[in-house]
Amino acid sequence: MKKHVRYLDLLVCFLALIVYLSWTTPAQAHIQQGQAIGFVTGLEHPWSGLDHVLAMIAVGIWGAQLGNPALWLLPVTFPMVMSLGAIMGLLGIPLPGIEIGIAVSAILLGAMVLGEVKPKLYIAAVMVGFFAVFHGHAHGTELPPGQSGLLYSMGFVIATGVLHGIGILMGTIHRWPAGKLALRGAGAFIAAMGVFFLWQAVA
Amino acid sequence: MKISFLNNLRILLGAAVSAVLLKPSVAAAHLVTTGMGPVYDGIGHLLLTPEDLVPALAVALYAGLRGRVPGRRALFLFPLAWLLGGFSGFSVSSMPAFPLPAISFLLLGILIAADLRVPDNVFTVIAIAVGIMHGFFNGIALKMGPAGLGLLGIMAALFVLLAIVSAFVLSLKPPWTRIVVRVAGSWVAAMGLLMIGWFFRSQV
Repeated sequence: MKKHVRYLDLLVCFLALIVYLSWTTPAQAHIQQGQAIGFVTGLEHPWSGLDHVLAMIAVGIWGAQLGNPALWLLPVTFPMVMSLGAIMGLLGIPLPGIEIGIAVSAILLGAMVLGEVKPKLYIAAVMVGFFAVFHGHAHGTELPPGQSGLLYSMGFVIATGVLHGIGILMGTIHRWPAGKLALRGAGAFIAAMGVFFLWQAVA
Repeated sequence: MKISFLNNLRILLGAAVSAVLLKPSVAAAHLVTTGMGPVYDGIGHLLLTPEDLVPALAVALYAGLRGRVPGRRALFLFPLAWLLGGFSGFSVSSMPAFPLPAISFLLLGILIAADLRVPDNVFTVIAIAVGIMHGFFNGIALKMGPAGLGLLGIMAALFVLLAIVSAFVLSLKPPWTRIVVRVAGSWVAAMGLLMIGWFFRSQV
């Protein structure tokens, strides 16, 4: 048990470090600043929009509510499907209603957390994967000019994974009755924010 | 009189030796401009090139997941393959347009994410193939710079990297820590897919 706590401490420290690094300004000490800054831009991108942040955290919380194997299957499949969406964005393949798709992802994922819905595993995976395409497309189309594509990609993949990790860590309170209630409250908040994002997207 | 002359001579000699010893030469304090030498240039190249560093880390992660025997094999054969690939890259002058490292990102990422239990020999072949390919591209890139000594630096860094990372992964006992490694693998696979995407974007 103590060992588990130690590993959990390590994971929390690692996540905190990633978050901290993603908020630091670039040192710009090296010649290739235009290239190297791509990583920071990529790290910042998923954090820059509350719609992305809430949807990713909802994925993590929902995974924690569902338990194994969804707990690891959702965060493992999400980045790969998201990268397919990003490739569509990179190649200029249009995806209609991206902002609407992202807003709906927050609504539905929030609702799943709110209701502690436990569908079959493949349904959960398909649902999360479907919305991952919208999030990936948004990341893929927004690389600032002059920056390294690879480093930008690495940045937003890692930042997305960290957001999932935060959601999973939040989901660990699911073992207590009060924690369950708090998570359902968080789901309601995410769904409500999703409605707000949707209103913004269609207005 | 004689004693004072010897004393003066001693002082003069001492001053001369001190002056020689204290004579300032090039300070070389700013390593960015003077360079750290070819071995460190090679190490720096590996650590600052995500196209090389990430697959090397991925090999280490997968070696750790697979266990002691394949891990030990990879520990010695992967850096050696990298070195051999590097020397063969010296005879080539141009890089291929397609980002071949993306294949190692994808392959290793999927293997880690799925935690596939491939036979030890298959994993050894994969590690050698990845090592040769990345070493080959390093050879093309480094032949005009740090060259062979740079490759030796890379090989040493790879050995240390593999030893530390694979041993760390091997020591992980709680099931969820293995899942964390698998999630990292999915990130690597996603990066590989995106590398291919960036290539096709540059062709459009």
